[in-house]
Amino acid sequence: MSTNPEATKAAPKVELLWWSGCPSWERALAELRDEMGELGLDPSSVAVREVATEEAAEREEFVGSPTIRIDGRDIQPPTGEPVGLTCRVYRLQDGRISALPDRAHVRDALTGIVTEGRR
Amino acid sequence: MKDPGNFAIREPAPGFELPDTEGRTRSLADAEGAPATVVFWTCNHCPYALAWHDRLLAAASEYSPRGVRFFAVNSNDAERYPADSYEAMGDRVSREDWPFPYLHDESQEAARAWDAQVTPHLFVLDSEHRLRYQGAPDPDHQDPSHNASWLRDALDSVLAGEEPERAETDPVGCSVKWKP
Repeated sequence: MSTNPEATKAAPKVELLWWSGCPSWERALAELRDEMGELGLDPSSVAVREVATEEAAEREEFVGSPTIRIDGRDIQPPTGEPVGLTCRVYRLQDGRISALPDRAHVRDALTGIVTEGRR
Repeated sequence: MKDPGNFAIREPAPGFELPDTEGRTRSLADAEGAPATVVFWTCNHCPYALAWHDRLLAAASEYSPRGVRFFAVNSNDAERYPADSYEAMGDRVSREDWPFPYLHDESQEAARAWDAQVTPHLFVLDSEHRLRYQGAPDPDHQDPSHNASWLRDALDSVLAGEEPERAETDPVGCSVKWKP
């Protein structure tokens, strides 16, 4: 896999926050890394962090697992969900409920950041 | 109820006595005479339970005319997860058209007795209330085309008087929210 030099230059900080009570984070991480690779970003650069306590959830403003942030911005900003240790409810593009974000949303968020970095 | 860990394939189910959302006490004995019974743990807040819910509703609608009984059970700690309170359960059932009772396991004794691990976690019983299948509804919560195929396969086998080919799968979902 070749690395996109422009994307590398503007390498965003990509984080995945997870909680052990919800198993979807591993699949979400794999999909996130796939999408990063497709865009020429380094898939190994994802900061994977466990949120293990309610206190940590408060501190991180964690509204559920998995949560993906790019340069500090949630790829699907919360819409009033309470902070806490829980599984996050995502809506796929076709409206279905899922335990992990739509790949297209992940791709769009990464693409937006990469594009911004080129400007 | 039996001790946790003693409930295996072909063994008798532990039973339960739990209130439904209208306050009526329901028990496994209500399903006496049914050729098969499905008891499944679910809840209001878990994306896996929500994603699989319509598939379970469809299966219940299709198998109920054949005498199969379904019971949904919520054991989550409502103090930490208010979306799973008894009131929220009632609100949901009154909003949606559920073809089976939604039972509240406030003490979490039923979840422990059945060794319910996640939502959803399904248990299929035969006419003698012996366990014939336990696990997930189908291979992928994200893909509705699976249509609760593992549950349906198990029910078809039980109704035909046969052993399900797949008696156990790994239940996949949100952990049951135990009280501290």
